[in-house]
Amino acid sequence: MTVSASVAPLLKAENISKNFGGIAALTDVSFSINSGEIYGLIGPNGAGKTTLFNVLTGLYLTDSGKVNFAGHDINGLKPHHIVEFGFARTFQNIRLFANMTALENVMVGRHVRTRAGVIGAILRNAGTRNEEAAILRRAKELLAYVGIAGRADTIAKHLSYGDQRRLEIARSLATEPKLLALDEPAAGMNLTERASLAGLLQAIRSDGVTLLLIEHDVKLVMGVCDRVAVLEYGKKIAEDVPAVVQRDPRVIEAYLGAPTA
Amino acid sequence: MNAILSKLRADRRLLWIAYLGLVLLLTTMPFLTEMGLGRSWVRILDFVLLYMMLALGLNIVVGYAGLLDLGYVGFYAVGAYLYALLASPHFGLHLPFWLLLPMGALIAGLFGVLLGAPTLRLRGDYLAIVTLGFGEIIRVFLNNLNAPINLTNGPQGVNLIDPISVNGFSFGGMHQVFGLNFPSTYSYYYLFLVLTLLIIFVSIRLEDSRIGRAWAAIREDEVAAEAMGIRTRNVKLLAFAMGASFGGVSGGLFAAFQGFVSPESFNLMESVMILCMIVLGGMGNIAGVILGAVLLTTLPEALRYLGPLQEFLFGEVLVDPSNLRMLVFGLALIIIMIFRPAGLLPSSRRKRELQPEPEVAAQEQATVYDSKR
Repeated sequence: MTVSASVAPLLKAENISKNFGGIAALTDVSFSINSGEIYGLIGPNGAGKTTLFNVLTGLYLTDSGKVNFAGHDINGLKPHHIVEFGFARTFQNIRLFANMTALENVMVGRHVRTRAGVIGAILRNAGTRNEEAAILRRAKELLAYVGIAGRADTIAKHLSYGDQRRLEIARSLATEPKLLALDEPAAGMNLTERASLAGLLQAIRSDGVTLLLIEHDVKLVMGVCDRVAVLEYGKKIAEDVPAVVQRDPRVIEAYLGAPTA
Repeated sequence: MNAILSKLRADRRLLWIAYLGLVLLLTTMPFLTEMGLGRSWVRILDFVLLYMMLALGLNIVVGYAGLLDLGYVGFYAVGAYLYALLASPHFGLHLPFWLLLPMGALIAGLFGVLLGAPTLRLRGDYLAIVTLGFGEIIRVFLNNLNAPINLTNGPQGVNLIDPISVNGFSFGGMHQVFGLNFPSTYSYYYLFLVLTLLIIFVSIRLEDSRIGRAWAAIREDEVAAEAMGIRTRNVKLLAFAMGASFGGVSGGLFAAFQGFVSPESFNLMESVMILCMIVLGGMGNIAGVILGAVLLTTLPEALRYLGPLQEFLFGEVLVDPSNLRMLVFGLALIIIMIFRPAGLLPSSRRKRELQPEPEVAAQEQATVYDSKR
């Protein structure tokens, strides 16, 4: 941590490396995300973006390197532990509880912030009843927040693609994250849906949640992100405000190929 | 069915009448059974309730949490032997029922955790095979723990187990009420009924709770459940423990009811039958599980009448009914599963899991098999 930094970054990843067999999926990736920003992570297909996500959120173990989140060393912790600290995520290939309703999905998200156990469930005492009522209320609020209040009783797998993405965001928000990591939230959305997604992301940020965003849609990334890091072949090749990254010759090369001289 | 239910919900008076009718039916059930089918069927009725408790226990593990457990009968055995050893002349111990009942639930629950813990990383088929092994291990232990120290009396089993007795009222003997004779099968019926209702109540409450939702989430997608902050390990162990404790309770009741236990009663076939009950009835749905337990306990007994039926139809017994019985039973299972793949009364959620999306299915059909070729 530099002395000049007035506040510690919310997430700090140092020298993350991850190999699968002989393939280096990530090599010495370091970056940090400050509280309140929208941080973008872009790169060509297979650059290691999702691998990095999985490492950060505890689905994969790192081979080397350290991850610090909000003052906790989260290396090697189980995903549920990391969620408890306030770091939630969505999945690139939507992983909703497909046969539960939209509302039930979000209610599951409240699990980590609620307490009732077996005894509470059986006795259904005042404490449990209040907690259940609060879970239901919050779940409905969140569905309204992401704009799918009308689909509360729809089975998750019957929702449109865009609504499923929104539901996944609502479900992660239910865990009360400080940092929300979204893996390609705009994938499969049409132009109108994308525009309203950008609005939603801004709203989430202004409500105090920091965002980490993997996205292919350059327009969306450039539009909403405060800073962007670029991965290529598991290495970070650039990191700056979008306008600068966009002109970086290495980034252009990574996406378009080297000019044949 | 649904129309009737919604009508019942709308009209409070009708609901009360329905409740009253159900209570009346349940309380008079043994009398009706004896009048209609004969005394031996009251005993079968008791077994129906026992299997209901077992099936509801397994339903927590398989139906709610989605963990395929083929060794469930092991917990039934643990409960049965616990009761048998602590309330029989075998060790000369005769502990009271009110102590043995919670003890059976607790110890079986502990075994549930013990056997569940090593299987946590396994899923589906692999989990099934390991649990199957566990069930067998328990049976083999019971079979062989008669040397060097005689713990379980080996294959001979434990005999002369105390009947259940509460406050001096023994469920084992004949009782006279209002000049009517009640054999022990009647007393046990009412005891089992109370405990079954209790287990149903607990199942309903658990299903619609934070824990129930966590189980459903794990069943749907374990990775996503973990990423939502659910401690999947603990929650799965909890399912194993809850299911096992129901099994332990029924085991204790079984031991007291029979007065005799031996390892033979706890073979793999029992686990398979209990699993069949919930699959055939409707996994994850309490009403379905109850129906499954009723059907699969009574059907094999009813099919014993195939002999007399043949005599009636053909004047002689053409096929040995003991052979025919299981054949017809198997056939009935197959037919039910073909026409009701999600079970007779499936839970709404399970039904969705088994139903392919019509549009998607059609789309797949169109892309995989080009109809023009």
